[in-house]
Amino acid sequence: MPTEFLKVQGLGKTYPGAAEPVFDGVNFDIAEGEFVCIIGHSGCGKTTILNVLAGLETASEGHVFMDRREVAGPSLDRGVVFQGHALMPWLTVRGNIAFAVRSKWPGWSRAQVDAHVQKYVALVGLAAAIDKKPSQLSGGMKQRVGIARAFAIQPRMLLLDEPFGALDALTRGTIQDELLRICAETRQTVFMITHDVDEAILLADRILLMSNGPQARVAEIVKNTMPRERTRATLHHQPAYYPLRNHLVDFLVARSEGLSHGRAPATPVEVSPGAAADPEPRPTQTPSLRRIA
Amino acid sequence: MKTWMRGDGPRAALLSLLLLALLLGVWHLATVGTAAPAAAPAATNLTPEQIEYLKLMGKDPAAEAGPVARSGFPTLAQMGQVMWQHLQSPFYDNGPNDKGLGLQLLHSLSRVALGYLLAAAVAIPLGFVIGMSPLLYRALDPFIQVLKPISPLAWMPLALYTIKDSSVSGIFVIFICSLWPMLINTAFGVASVRRDWLNVARTLEVSPLRRAFEVILPAAAPTILTGMRISMGIAWLVIVAAEMLVGGTGIGYFVWNEWNNLSLPNVIVAILVIGVVGMALDLMFARLQKAVTYAD
Repeated sequence: MPTEFLKVQGLGKTYPGAAEPVFDGVNFDIAEGEFVCIIGHSGCGKTTILNVLAGLETASEGHVFMDRREVAGPSLDRGVVFQGHALMPWLTVRGNIAFAVRSKWPGWSRAQVDAHVQKYVALVGLAAAIDKKPSQLSGGMKQRVGIARAFAIQPRMLLLDEPFGALDALTRGTIQDELLRICAETRQTVFMITHDVDEAILLADRILLMSNGPQARVAEIVKNTMPRERTRATLHHQPAYYPLRNHLVDFLVARSEGLSHGRAPATPVEVSPGAAADPEPRPTQTPSLRRIA
Repeated sequence: MKTWMRGDGPRAALLSLLLLALLLGVWHLATVGTAAPAAAPAATNLTPEQIEYLKLMGKDPAAEAGPVARSGFPTLAQMGQVMWQHLQSPFYDNGPNDKGLGLQLLHSLSRVALGYLLAAAVAIPLGFVIGMSPLLYRALDPFIQVLKPISPLAWMPLALYTIKDSSVSGIFVIFICSLWPMLINTAFGVASVRRDWLNVARTLEVSPLRRAFEVILPAAAPTILTGMRISMGIAWLVIVAAEMLVGGTGIGYFVWNEWNNLSLPNVIVAILVIGVVGMALDLMFARLQKAVTYAD
């Protein structure tokens, strides 16, 4: 187990007036340079967890530590890519990213800021559209700008709230490839919400499975047993792909509901489906399942 | 008027011209038709004293003998003549009761500008604060709701009593009538800035001042400008009435003075000028509004 970079301890959130907490007893760690995806049904509080990590919302109970210091508010150390891109429509692509860059480095000259902006716009392949307004861009391009903006401030950790949810499958694929490439280049620590099982398998080193709310929990942590050099083209030919995928789908379809109301363990089980090229498609019944303390 | 026509195409422009021609035609027929040389014999058997008396009473026998309509409503020819006179020397000043139309307009415009700018200087920062704080929004709402529907002219006696200066009172009335739409729209615009943009600013640890000027102001600018445009429209409506009350100078006073002179051509010219200037002001704000509006 690598040294923990981000530590989430006993996190819980009860909205005012609600009888039961949306989630409680959420525990997990993220190591530096790790890509972690969280999957769960709507209403289990994934976005709330991400907002707590970002410092935009406060939890009702529990703590979040980043690099041994408690997260007590928003910080430039954690970049956020919002679900609805959240670009400022009155600014161009250049202006939107420059706004973030100037926030991180207020002392920089205009030329320095501009050079930095151009570098990150080129990174997401939008150099030709740098002086366009968001309204002139397609959905995929807007989301790329959002990603470039988050990367441009060189955060220690990146939080992505279902960034590709509104995109069509083809666009989604290309941006996933881009994200994978950029993360490999920058060794970025990422926490990402997704609804898409294949997206999680492609991108994540570990996948957190959340049970249904109320009183949702991170019920299981699934290790991605495939090597990190994954590509969309070859992913589904690997022997570990189907055991992994079946495990995730089984959890979402069959098991997550039974684990609501706090029936999931507070300390999540870590599993590695398909690790030993297991022919059994139901890894929950195989000896590869192991508990971590 | 040109920009308006450009937008609607040449057919609309043609229709407008036709309507104008129709209007002028009706005017011409209505005023020329009633011109009758009926009073002609009267002038001859009057003594000079009697003629003088009649002139003082506004019943000039010589004029009544002419081609003027009995109703006293000016013909198109008279209108053209008066308009031409005003256009030739808009800035003459022959004492307090005889100033050029341009000069009067400048007086009115400067009053509107001063009152309006003062109102903007109060309403926009205050609206910002109210919009940012739901508590203040609710606390001040009853005051705004009561003060807003008061006709600005109702403040005039209070203003005259406390300020003791008619010209400044006029400015105050413009101030008070421009205040509300700007205040309400600014507060509304600021309060409804999208949460996402504020969250972006928060995650970037943007300072409150930068957040106000670089996020909230541009986000709320279209709504604020709408309020400013409404305020300008109201201010231009109110200045005419206010100047009729306080007198002295200004286009409103000019209209009232010409009514006392029974000079309907001058009144009509002033009405047209008020309309054209109001339209120009509105167009100016429409341009500004277009400049700050963003497509989402």
